[in-house]
Amino acid sequence: MNCRSEVLEVSVEGRQVEEAMLAVLHTILLHRSTGKFHYKKEGTYSIGTVGTQDVDCDFIDFTFVRVSADELDRVIRKAVAEFKDALGNSGSDGMGQISLEFYQKKKSRWPFSDECIPWEVWSIKVNVVNLANEQERQICREKVGEKLGEKVINIVEVINRHDYLPKMPTQSEVDNVFDTSLKDVQPYLYKITYQITDSLGTSVSTTMRRLIKDTLAL
Amino acid sequence: MDSDLSSQDRKDLDKFIKFFALKTVQIIVQARLGEKISTCSSSSPTGSDWFNLAIKDIPEVTHEAKKALAGQLPGIGRSMCVEISLKTSEGDSMELETWCLEMNEKCDKDIKVSYTVYNRLSLLLKSLLAITRVTPAYKLSRKQGHDYVILYRIYFGDVQLTGLGEGFQSVRVGVVGTPIGTITLSCAYRTNLALMSSRQFERTGPIMGIIIDHFVERPFTNMAHMHPCSYRTPGEDEGGTYAGIEDSQEVCTTSFSTSPPSQMVVPGKEGGVPQVPAQPNHGTAAEHGRIPSFPNGQSPLPAQPTSCSSEVKTVFCDALETTFTRKVGAFVNKATTQVTTTSLDLPFAAFAPRANDLEVNDPMVHPPPSPAPSSPLQGSLHSNSSSHSGGQPQDDFVMVDFKPAFSKDDLLPMDLGTFYREFQNPPQLASLSIDVSAQSMAEDLDSLPEKLAIYEKNIDEFDAFVDTLQ
Repeated sequence: MNCRSEVLEVSVEGRQVEEAMLAVLHTILLHRSTGKFHYKKEGTYSIGTVGTQDVDCDFIDFTFVRVSADELDRVIRKAVAEFKDALGNSGSDGMGQISLEFYQKKKSRWPFSDECIPWEVWSIKVNVVNLANEQERQICREKVGEKLGEKVINIVEVINRHDYLPKMPTQSEVDNVFDTSLKDVQPYLYKITYQITDSLGTSVSTTMRRLIKDTLAL
Repeated sequence: MDSDLSSQDRKDLDKFIKFFALKTVQIIVQARLGEKISTCSSSSPTGSDWFNLAIKDIPEVTHEAKKALAGQLPGIGRSMCVEISLKTSEGDSMELETWCLEMNEKCDKDIKVSYTVYNRLSLLLKSLLAITRVTPAYKLSRKQGHDYVILYRIYFGDVQLTGLGEGFQSVRVGVVGTPIGTITLSCAYRTNLALMSSRQFERTGPIMGIIIDHFVERPFTNMAHMHPCSYRTPGEDEGGTYAGIEDSQEVCTTSFSTSPPSQMVVPGKEGGVPQVPAQPNHGTAAEHGRIPSFPNGQSPLPAQPTSCSSEVKTVFCDALETTFTRKVGAFVNKATTQVTTTSLDLPFAAFAPRANDLEVNDPMVHPPPSPAPSSPLQGSLHSNSSSHSGGQPQDDFVMVDFKPAFSKDDLLPMDLGTFYREFQNPPQLASLSIDVSAQSMAEDLDSLPEKLAIYEKNIDEFDAFVDTLQ
C-alpha cells in the first residue's frame, strides 16, 4: 500500500502560526474522525455522534470548524504550541514543517514491536515572516485568512477523492486503526511530528519529537 | 439500471439522499445565521443523528426544504439549490452564492449503499461544514445586523447562476458515487461585490489596526428570530398564504435587524434613512410634511431642498425683498436691517444659525402646528420685532412661528400663510403609497383574506352591478 502524501504551504506572521496550524490540523481531523464505535453482538457496531464547533481566529480573518472534543483539542494545541516554540527558538527567519500522519498498526510477533504503517501524511510547511507595521499586519490578517480558505478547499478536494481508507475493523482490531482513548470522538490513529529548518533551508536542527498517541508502543 | 440494486438498498438510498438533502440545507442556512455554531459530540448513539453528525434541525428550514422538494428527491436533472442573498436596509438585494446538490448519470454499481455511501455522505457533510466557513458570504453573514441581512431561498429544478454577476467562482465540495448516479455538491459564489462598495459597507469591514472582536455578543442569537418567506417587518406574525414555491421573488429571512428607531422606516415609505431620496419628486412635498414625525426628530436632515420647496422659497425671497426695502420685515433683526435677500439664499436666513443647520428651525421644513386662523398672525405682526429681535436662534432649536410678512388676517379668508401651510402638508396620494415598499405589499397580502370575506358577503351587490353593465 502506498502512503499518499499531501503538502500544504503557508506564510504567516509569528503570532499567526498557532491559529493557522490549528485551523489546518483540525480541518483534517474533522474529516478523519468518526463517532465512538459501540460493538454489538454478531460483529455489528453502531457509531456515536460527532459534534462540531466554529472557532474564530484572533489574529487571522478566519473561522474554522473542529470536532467537539476538548481532549483532542488539547492534544493538538499542545503539539502546535511546541512547534511554535521551536520555531521561535530557532531564529528570526524561521521555517519549519509540521506533519500529521495517519497510520495503521500491524501486530508483529514477539519480540518485534508493532509496525506503524502510514497511509496518509499531511505536511504543512510554515514560513514565518516579520512585518514592519500595523498596516502590513492588517493586510496579512486578511491575506492569510484567504490562504487558509484555499488550504481548506485543497484538503477537502483530497479527502473527497475517496482514496484508500483502512477497512472498518472488528472489535479486536479497532485499536490498530483508531485512537480509542478519547471519550467523545474516535480519530484514525495519528501522530504529529515537526521539523525546524533554518533560513538556509538545511535541517540543521532536526528536532524530531514524536507525540505518540497510542500508548501500546513497545 | 436498477436491476442490481435490491429494493431494500434502493429504499435506503432514497432515504439517505432525502436526509442528506435536508441536512445540507440545514448546514448551509445555519452557517449564514451570523453566529458561531456549536454542537456536542455524543458517544452513545441516539439513533436520530443522521450521518453520525450532530446537526440541529431548525424547523422552519426543514419546512422550507420539504416544501421545495415537494415529495421529490434530488436526481438527474432535478437539482436542489440553496441561494444565499443579501438584502440591505434600503431594500437592495444581491445574490451572494448558490449551493447546488446535483446528480449525474455516472453510476457506481459496486458500491455498498448502507455502508460506503452512508459514510461518504457523512464525509461530504463534514466537508460542507468546512467549506461554508470559507466562502466570502460567511464573513458577510457574521457581520449582518443593522445594515443588511442574509436571506436564503431553496428551489428545485434547474440551477440558476445568472444572479451572481460576472466572474463568479465555483468550488466543489465533493462527490459521492451511488448505484443510481453520482451526487455532487458545489457552490458558485459571487466575486463582484460592486453593490457593496457603493453603499456603506466599508465601515463594516475591518478597520485598520483594530483587531476585529469576533466574540462580540450578537444581538440576535436566538434562532426564533428566523422568519421563513417573509417580506414583513420584524415582529409580525407569520401566516397568510405564500406565493408558489417556484416564485423567484420569494426569499426566506434567516435573521433580521430591528433597526434602531432613528433608522425606522416610516410605514409605507422606503429609504427611511434619508441618504438617498427614494421618493419621487411629487411625493417630496409630503415628505417634508412627514419628516417632523420621525421619532428622534432627526436633525440635521440632509440637504433635501427639492425643486418644489426651493421654488416656494424663491417666491418668498422675492416677496420678502420688497418687504425688507420698504419696511422692517417680520423676521428681520433690528440690528441688521440692511440685510437684503440678495445676500441670503433662503428667507429668514438671518435667523438661521451660523452653522449650516438651516433645516433645524427652518419653518419650511418644520411647519408649526397649524395655529388658530387669525389671532396668532395678528398678534405676531405687531409683536414681531420685539419677540424676535432677541430670539435669534443660534444654537438652540427654536420653533419659529410661520408668519408671512405682509399678510393680514382681515383680507381673504385664505391667506398666504394658510395657503402655504396647506401646500406644505398635503395628504399623501393614496395611489402613490401602494407599491412603494415591499412592506406595504405584505400588508396588502395580510389584508387579503379580510377583503375577500367582505367581497364574498357583498357578492349580490357585485352581481347586480355587473348586470347593469351588460
